[in-house]
Amino acid sequence: MSLPLAETGPQAQPPRSSPERLKVLVDLLSSMRFAISLLTVICIASVIGTVLQQNQPAVNYVNQFGPFWAQLFGELHLYSVYSAWWFLLILGFLVVSTSLCIARNTPKILVDLKTFKENIREQSLRAFGQHAEADFAEAPEGLARRLGEGLVQGGWKVRLQQRDTAAGPGTGWMVAAKAGAANKLGYIAAHSAIVLICLGGLLDGDLIVRAQMWFNGKAPYAGAGLIADVPARHRLSENNPTFRGNLMVAEGTQSSTAILNQSDGVLLQELPFAVELKKFIVEHYSTGMPKLFASEIVIHDKATGALTEARVEVNHPVNYHGIEIYQSSFDDGGSKVRLQALPLDSDGARFEVEGVIGGSTGLTRSQTGEKFNLEFSALRVINVENFAGQGGPSGSGVDVRKVDLRDSVEARLGAANKVMTKKELRNVGPSITYKLRDAAGQAREFHNYMLPVDMGDGGAPVMLLGMRETPAEPFRYLRVPVDEQGGLDSFLRLRKALGQPKLREQAVARYVALAIDPSKPELARQLQASASRALDLFAGNPAAAKSTDGPDRPTGGLQAVADFIESNVPEAERPRAGEVLIRILNGVLFQLEQLSREQSGLKPWPNEAKTQAFMTQAVLSLSDVQAYPVPLTFVLKDFTQVQASVFQVARAPGKTVVYLGCALLILGVFAMLYVRERRVWIWVRPESDGTRATMALSSNRKTMDGDREFEHLKIKLLGLAPASRDAAEGPAPN
Amino acid sequence: MNTATRPTTSITLSEGFFSRRSWLDWLFAALVLAAGGATLSMYGQAMDVYETGILIAAVPAAIWLGWFWRPLAVLMVGVAGLSLLAISSYHASGEAPTLARADTVFWLKYFLSSQSAILWMSMLVFMSTVFYWLGLIGGQHGATMELTGSRLAWASVVMALTGTMVRWYESYLLGADIGHIPVSNLYEVFVLFCWITTVFYLYFEAQYKTRALGAFVMLVVSAAVGFLLWYTVVREAHEIQPLVPALKSWWMKLHVPANFIGYGTFALSAMVAFAYLIKQQAGEKRWYKLTPLWLLGIVLCFEPMVFRRSTNEAGGSYWVVYFAISALVVAGILFARERIARRLPPLEVLDDVMYKAIAVGFAFFTIATVLGALWAAEAWGGYWSWDPKETWALIVWLNYAAWLHMRLMKGLRGTLSAWWALGGLVVTTFAFLGVNMFLSGLHSYGTL
Repeated sequence: MSLPLAETGPQAQPPRSSPERLKVLVDLLSSMRFAISLLTVICIASVIGTVLQQNQPAVNYVNQFGPFWAQLFGELHLYSVYSAWWFLLILGFLVVSTSLCIARNTPKILVDLKTFKENIREQSLRAFGQHAEADFAEAPEGLARRLGEGLVQGGWKVRLQQRDTAAGPGTGWMVAAKAGAANKLGYIAAHSAIVLICLGGLLDGDLIVRAQMWFNGKAPYAGAGLIADVPARHRLSENNPTFRGNLMVAEGTQSSTAILNQSDGVLLQELPFAVELKKFIVEHYSTGMPKLFASEIVIHDKATGALTEARVEVNHPVNYHGIEIYQSSFDDGGSKVRLQALPLDSDGARFEVEGVIGGSTGLTRSQTGEKFNLEFSALRVINVENFAGQGGPSGSGVDVRKVDLRDSVEARLGAANKVMTKKELRNVGPSITYKLRDAAGQAREFHNYMLPVDMGDGGAPVMLLGMRETPAEPFRYLRVPVDEQGGLDSFLRLRKALGQPKLREQAVARYVALAIDPSKPELARQLQASASRALDLFAGNPAAAKSTDGPDRPTGGLQAVADFIESNVPEAERPRAGEVLIRILNGVLFQLEQLSREQSGLKPWPNEAKTQAFMTQAVLSLSDVQAYPVPLTFVLKDFTQVQASVFQVARAPGKTVVYLGCALLILGVFAMLYVRERRVWIWVRPESDGTRATMALSSNRKTMDGDREFEHLKIKLLGLAPASRDAAEGPAPN
Repeated sequence: MNTATRPTTSITLSEGFFSRRSWLDWLFAALVLAAGGATLSMYGQAMDVYETGILIAAVPAAIWLGWFWRPLAVLMVGVAGLSLLAISSYHASGEAPTLARADTVFWLKYFLSSQSAILWMSMLVFMSTVFYWLGLIGGQHGATMELTGSRLAWASVVMALTGTMVRWYESYLLGADIGHIPVSNLYEVFVLFCWITTVFYLYFEAQYKTRALGAFVMLVVSAAVGFLLWYTVVREAHEIQPLVPALKSWWMKLHVPANFIGYGTFALSAMVAFAYLIKQQAGEKRWYKLTPLWLLGIVLCFEPMVFRRSTNEAGGSYWVVYFAISALVVAGILFARERIARRLPPLEVLDDVMYKAIAVGFAFFTIATVLGALWAAEAWGGYWSWDPKETWALIVWLNYAAWLHMRLMKGLRGTLSAWWALGGLVVTTFAFLGVNMFLSGLHSYGTL
């Protein structure tokens, strides 16, 4: 941080008086060693800040580190390193140190800029590492002027000095030239830039907000509730010079209070205007990736009442009277949804609930009196899913590894849109996410799609009903086939029928009657026994499932049938027995479906491919539905989407200072690295048989460029032949 | 004494900038101007004012670059020619251009479509590295081998740039709303890194008139290519993806390339520092003194793997091979250090290249960070938000700022500065790759 000429040696004597002490302190602060140590500490602190996730809830840290370390780290402010007092203190020291450096060196640099150091002595020139001599025939004055002009033409600043020599007064000429003064100016620019950037940054940080908390009695608000009810001591005035907060506005509403998140609550920032959101726009690419987030807003000026329409986009903020409004994120602004509850057990009833996303409603299960809370979590209007690799001809057992080298190289040649794993993206329509919370506070999360989805596997279209126990796991989906009306009615009817022993009996009877010639009553009775056994097992009839044990086992479904076979059939015959039982089961369930249709006064289904596809999926779903943890599901019937836009609003007066600093920094860095400051002296004096010129070059740093330039000057100015590098280093050729 | 009759005419220290131009320079300038004008007239209506500004500023910048170092002019003309050939090949007569032609037109399929060109680049980089090493270790044919290595490196730059240009065009063929400059994700910037590092190396090669450093510098480029191939084959990262809203900004065109000039030259300086240490320890016989260099060499050579989360997934064996090759290469270098050291340029030259590379890198890294801050002010609502990537960029910047201070103010040279420059690559690599893999943040465009 300081120039070598400014370095003072180590203090030989202990300081006595206070001015001396002050000098020692200033020397320490402006020394490069101190600055480098500061930079090192800043680096380490920054690394901590990136490794340790900042500004998380305290609970997360306790979970991660345990109570002791979590508290220790908290005391050290490691959870918000960049606004910790010690970090700001180090930055402050950096500013002081750099300022002292500038203050100490600038006067010297300014003096240096003016002088040509033309009074240098001949002996001193010979002491330079780079010096050369040559003899000329012309007179000293003419030579000196010619050399001076040459240097001027080459971009040097030149001063000529006439001196007395042994040959007579005024016969010697000193040509003093310098170039690259911008290097030193670059030093000033780059170092002032650091000071400016730090000061501007401090101004825009949360220092001023915190000052208002310390001196102005403001305190963060930790409660909840309506913004309008928050007392004034949690509110910052419109005139607050610097802040950065979030402003959430739902479509069709307006808001004029931004929220400043603090570690222990929020502060409310009054804005001099209100933002009304007319429309929030999201556009997607065909891949489902978001393409555009934009908000059409109207700014209502509180003082003048003026209305200003504007459009805020990511990368295109809007500035209103010094406050920048950015598109930060988006949320649901309270969409209205109408859900239909569908019973998944045999005796539930259908009903409808209406709600608002973010809200909840209480439910009571009539049979048991259990109370549930239904929380409407999220509505997603567009869901793009990848259907590749889920069956279909592309995934039917072609081993992609079985390709020869030529094929695999060729597959990777070509345009950059070709990939080996194919993607098949489809929008499957809206979905609703809700939670069912029981009286104990335990919640399960559900994610149901509104429309049936063709899974592309040749089967019937299905409704996808997702469920998970904890947010950490992915949703598992129950696939329920839809009928020709696109609804779940047929499936639910079948589900209900399955729960009714009388209907089951009838179905078995029908099945047997259709399958067996009436002349063979013995066979019919056998089949009837098997069929009722299979159906009872499948329906989860406890009487039929005597052999299964353990409370965790699902008491019905295909698992129950499998368990039964395992415990009652010798191993060798199991595959065949299973096949037979499943075929019987499918047949009986089909009859059950037809019976249930008859009961509802519907025409029976023809036995065709579509029906079979439905039945295949229905058997699986009927089996899986028994593992569904609640007896009902909610499907989305209708919705009115209301979006909300989250803006970041910021007043950052330090920005101009920082940008000025940035510009100076770039200029300064380039000047310091690419402009070499150097001086040339040529001492021209008469000799016995002509004129002798002694040239020396000094540069503020020794580089190979300096050597090269001196060689160049030797050739051009003194007319010396190109020399090897060694010669340039050593004494001038004689 | 050199007493001679010297002309007493006025001295001309250096000719004027424009009087040094040859007719070829002016021809090149005219070509660039014409290309810029044509682009503006054809696509001007699709560009906003900033993009137009960038295009107009790019014209004098390209002319200056071509004049500054003439091989760059040849490179630009060559790449432009190949790119135009590729683009015209995408146009069937009388039909709209389609990407499908990349599989039917011979030139496109095997050379000029973006993936083919980038594969060629990869091969050429490997070949160039091999030839540079043959040159460094080989006997009397060393110079020829090195010359071949140098030519191959140029060819790889041509293919990388052609691939980049064609990829840019292909992205528009995918959809007008998808098209964008290919500097938007980790795959694309790796290609950028490869050619920028190579071009800077070739510049230093010409300036210092030594090809011996190519063996070292192309090693780091090869490591990047190794990563690139894995990223293509296993992760299929080469597929052109549309831009997320935050990246849709003209700032990207400036911020990312400036950053990669920084990363590229820092990597270059680290490899030169490695060569410096090899030359310096050439006479070292105690193996334990060489071990740190070997270990650091390995760490740097297969840097991407150090940061991998699991080696179990597909391509795990790829990394084992990668690791083994890296370890063997570094061990081989150390084994042959005396022989290598004899052909390396003097320590003074190595030191100067190291300084020059870091100086360029630092200057551009400063620009990139400032541009990033300006962009962040527009996209995220604050010029500095202590995002992990930002913070690590600051750490890299401070590291090299300290290096330059020590060198310029305290005159630090030699072994310590070489170790520091080599260690700087570890920091740089973490900022470049590690942050994307370990730390979450706003900069998560190139996740692994």
